[in-house]
Amino acid sequence: MKRVSLALSFAVAAGLAAQPVSAQTLKAVKDRGQLSCGVSQGLPGFSSPDDKGNWTGIDVDICRAIAAAIFDDPTKVKFVPLSAKDRFTALQSGEIDVLSRNTTWTLSRDTALGANFTGVTYYDGQGFLVKKSLKVNSALELSSASVCVQTGTTTEQNLADYFKGNNMKYEVIAFTTADETVKAYEAGRCDVFTSDVSQLYAERLKLANPGDHVVLPEVISKEPLGPMVRHGDDQWFDIVKWVLFAMVDAEELGVNQKNVDEMAKSDKPDLKRAFGTDGNLGEQLGLTKDWFGRIIKAVGNYGESYDRNVGTGSKLQIARGLNQLWNKGGIQYAPPIR
Amino acid sequence: MSIESRSPPPQYALRLKRALGGRAGWGGFVLQILFVLILVWIGYEIFVNARANLENQRITSGFGFLNNTAGFDVSQSLIPYSGSDTYTRVFFVGLLNTILVSVIGIVFATVIGFIVALGRLSPNWLMSRVAGGYVELIRNLPLLFQMLFWYLAVLAALPGPRQSISLFGAFFLSNRGLIIPRPIGQAGLEPFMVALLVAIVASIFVHYYARRQLFEKGKAIKIWPIVLGLLIGLPLVTALLFGVPVTVEMPELKGFNFAGGLRVIPELVALAVALSTYTAAFIAEIVRAGIMSVHKGQMEAGLSLGLGRGRVLRLIVIPQAMRVILPPLTNQYLNLTKNSSLAVAIGYPDLVSVFAGTTLSQTGQAIEIIAITMGVYLALSLLTSGIMSFYNWRLSRSLGT
Repeated sequence: MKRVSLALSFAVAAGLAAQPVSAQTLKAVKDRGQLSCGVSQGLPGFSSPDDKGNWTGIDVDICRAIAAAIFDDPTKVKFVPLSAKDRFTALQSGEIDVLSRNTTWTLSRDTALGANFTGVTYYDGQGFLVKKSLKVNSALELSSASVCVQTGTTTEQNLADYFKGNNMKYEVIAFTTADETVKAYEAGRCDVFTSDVSQLYAERLKLANPGDHVVLPEVISKEPLGPMVRHGDDQWFDIVKWVLFAMVDAEELGVNQKNVDEMAKSDKPDLKRAFGTDGNLGEQLGLTKDWFGRIIKAVGNYGESYDRNVGTGSKLQIARGLNQLWNKGGIQYAPPIR
Repeated sequence: MSIESRSPPPQYALRLKRALGGRAGWGGFVLQILFVLILVWIGYEIFVNARANLENQRITSGFGFLNNTAGFDVSQSLIPYSGSDTYTRVFFVGLLNTILVSVIGIVFATVIGFIVALGRLSPNWLMSRVAGGYVELIRNLPLLFQMLFWYLAVLAALPGPRQSISLFGAFFLSNRGLIIPRPIGQAGLEPFMVALLVAIVASIFVHYYARRQLFEKGKAIKIWPIVLGLLIGLPLVTALLFGVPVTVEMPELKGFNFAGGLRVIPELVALAVALSTYTAAFIAEIVRAGIMSVHKGQMEAGLSLGLGRGRVLRLIVIPQAMRVILPPLTNQYLNLTKNSSLAVAIGYPDLVSVFAGTTLSQTGQAIEIIAITMGVYLALSLLTSGIMSFYNWRLSRSLGT
């Protein structure tokens, strides 16, 4: 695995050197007949394969929605599992068309990496998972603890900032994959496992006795997670951006997977614009008129995707919180389709 | 009658032609130049294309990032390091960690390898079978699995820091590593070190003097009492004169972990054990092949002279075997150094983990960082094989071949 990642980095360096930049991502995807989507190596709720090899999760739904908008077929996606440290190089080199892998939006990632964030699929924050037997109630009691963390994440820097800011000593042990990190935590190498809170809940499910571990109340950072595309192809940037907006708008408009066919016949002007029965908004994106309907038919609206993958309909049972729609107390907000 | 000496025909042109063009002559020379030009052109195209692509995608390039603040911490560093240091510092931290584990691995792999090889050649049935089993088991299992085994299986078996296994209340073994008392230098340290150095140099001198006496006059001098006296006596006298050279800081349990004391992290232990046992299996086979390449008459001759088996091996067989052993042994040393990059799987902060890993994903500058990292491994490998070539040269000189 490690050799693969090094080889990948090398291939990226070589790829950047050899490959001419293709601005025509949409055309390339259509010619190839499938979307190449970078996801995690297995994070329940966001992107993980089930026992039959089908990928599910919020991040996976974004990929499927894009495929649905282009091909009217959510299965035309090739999922490329990437470690945190390899994800950007895979995007830079053109190995994947879009990176949908619980990636935190930061300024430096938005600029220096040669990539753009297209929106926020999940508002997250960093927290700490500890064993109940340690009898720790607050992250401020963690001085001199050993902390396991996944390398190549914003988590590593937040951790350093938090402990320094609170004058606490700690020891950090960094691993490449989430699985390795959790294994070391379980083996007792560390007192604490730190990551985004959603990930802590997901990884806790994988532990032998999830009930013996507790997520501390402190959330020490802002982690807006979203998909990324390469610089230099504005059309593709727009498509990926508006696929997510379409899912959020659909929830706001009350369109879901069940009623989508009925709603498509609606006379309401905003629904007519979205479904393309009035105007050609989909074609302006470089897609078809019925792009909106295709997406919702394939994966449902944002709320449905949330519930199915991380919310009440899933094992994770994470409350909507910040990810509720803006008019229902959260901060999920999408510009209007018009 | 005089014979006029004929001057030999001038062969310089011919020689030059051969040197430059090989057997094909000037035509070959032209082909060679063409080949070099094509190589240069390909390199140039790659460079220009990469730069254009980086600019097109607005990916930051250049080496300016090396002066930026890293902002993350590392679990083990041989030089002082904190999150507010630069990426350059991170590079050196990772480099030193890689060198550390490579050197430890090479030393232990060599020792274990020689022992296993001698064991395998031993006339003792049980010993040779055990050594053979070791070789076959270890070299046929993937290194990564062995690393994970040493790390996870052994780590899981060790108790937490609060229940750690204690030895004399000074050494503690737990799943946080091995904690030992930390020596702290005092005023008497410098004279102590000087005295030690003087003692070592003097001992070496005595050794050579004794050998010369033995070879020239046939007089055997017992040198070990002198050497022992020098090595212990001299530093002891300075310690009495200038005060205690070091005091120790005892580790004690505070909060989750130990405070004070020196800690060997379990990642280092697991990595060093995995690398040295794995490479030792290959070295054992190389050493065995080397020893078997020495004609058995040499062994028999030595034994019939009345020398013990150990002495025959040490004085007669191994020096001859070394010529066969050295080149493949160098390969194993290089392999070990390169294999140490698997460290990232068990969280040991080596160069690949902290520099080609964290630094790369934080800055996104894949080309620069991969180039530097490859350069480092190349330099380390060339350095190792350089040292081994030098040793080989000395060896072949001393054998008179």
